[in-house]
Amino acid sequence: MKGYDAIVRIMRALKGDELVVSANGMISRELFAVRDSPNNFYMLGSMGLASSIGLGLALALPDRKIVVLDGDGNLLMNMGSLATTGDLSPTNLVHVVLDNESYVSTGGQPTACRTVELEKVARSCGFKLSKKIKDAELLEANMGELLRTDGPAFVLVKVESFWKQAPRVSHKPEVIKRRFRDSVKTSVARQRRKCGARL
Amino acid sequence: MRAVEFCNTLKHQRFNFFVGVPDTILKGVIEVLSADSEIRYIGATREEEAIGIAVGASLGGQQPVVLMQNSGLGNSIGALASLPLLYKIPLLLLISWRGYQRKDAPEHFVMGKCTVNLLKDIGITAETLTNRNYDEAITRAARIIQERQVPAAILIKEGVIS
Repeated sequence: MKGYDAIVRIMRALKGDELVVSANGMISRELFAVRDSPNNFYMLGSMGLASSIGLGLALALPDRKIVVLDGDGNLLMNMGSLATTGDLSPTNLVHVVLDNESYVSTGGQPTACRTVELEKVARSCGFKLSKKIKDAELLEANMGELLRTDGPAFVLVKVESFWKQAPRVSHKPEVIKRRFRDSVKTSVARQRRKCGARL
Repeated sequence: MRAVEFCNTLKHQRFNFFVGVPDTILKGVIEVLSADSEIRYIGATREEEAIGIAVGASLGGQQPVVLMQNSGLGNSIGALASLPLLYKIPLLLLISWRGYQRKDAPEHFVMGKCTVNLLKDIGITAETLTNRNYDEAITRAARIIQERQVPAAILIKEGVIS
């Protein structure tokens, strides 16, 4: 499976109200090409921190599902985040790692993931669910299930070391932030109104 | 001042989400924050991780504070530059100033000397806490953070908070 196909399958499994944080490099660019949305936070720099941004969001918004689209190079830089997430165990976080065992954006240099099994690290850190998936159909079916189950969940998706040359994210950083924040605010207000109506 | 007064002043300025890496100077503050059921303190494994978590919390509508030793500021420069400074995310940094005037263990000397300039060079306003100015310092930092939507820092030397 190619990284692009993995992102297509994952996005197809989402209901649409999930908040998505994508790792810098090709993952943000491919997500932008597959489905641009105010619910996407495209991380442009700060390599390694997508999982931490996702954790902060999951803790701040316990009623929303947070999906992190991470890369193996990214997660290797911030493996400590697996420990923090496992320890705090937010039920609304799904951490997906697209593992091509290389740094594709910078020329395809190999990562330690040709040896390291990140799904086992996540399990050992306390993630409630942890899976390794190689098949595209299985990925889509599993994502649907994981989004309905209490997490934190971890999915290692083995992908080919190949990416289409997707264009850069054309939104300015401040625009990415502003529309993401507005989308969160609107949905929080809607949720409050719903709860008020129920009372 | 006592740690509890300092933390109450932070809460009064509506800071409600705390994440950091411990330091001896910040010990009392972290104890008070951890025991407070109205807010949340999270221990991170590294300072960049704490910045990532704080940015996520801010995007989710919280008012975050990151606590760290100034050696951790060294770890954080890249993350600060390409995350909260790039996207304009409001964030308070509470940084303990180890190695101030070399009155500390030798491993703190280099960072002790360059902490203020490092912050200045990446464009983060910093104020040093004293017993007399803490209320005003926190109010000023909160105003900068909200008005400019940027990180601001407060530096804390040894012995100021008991």
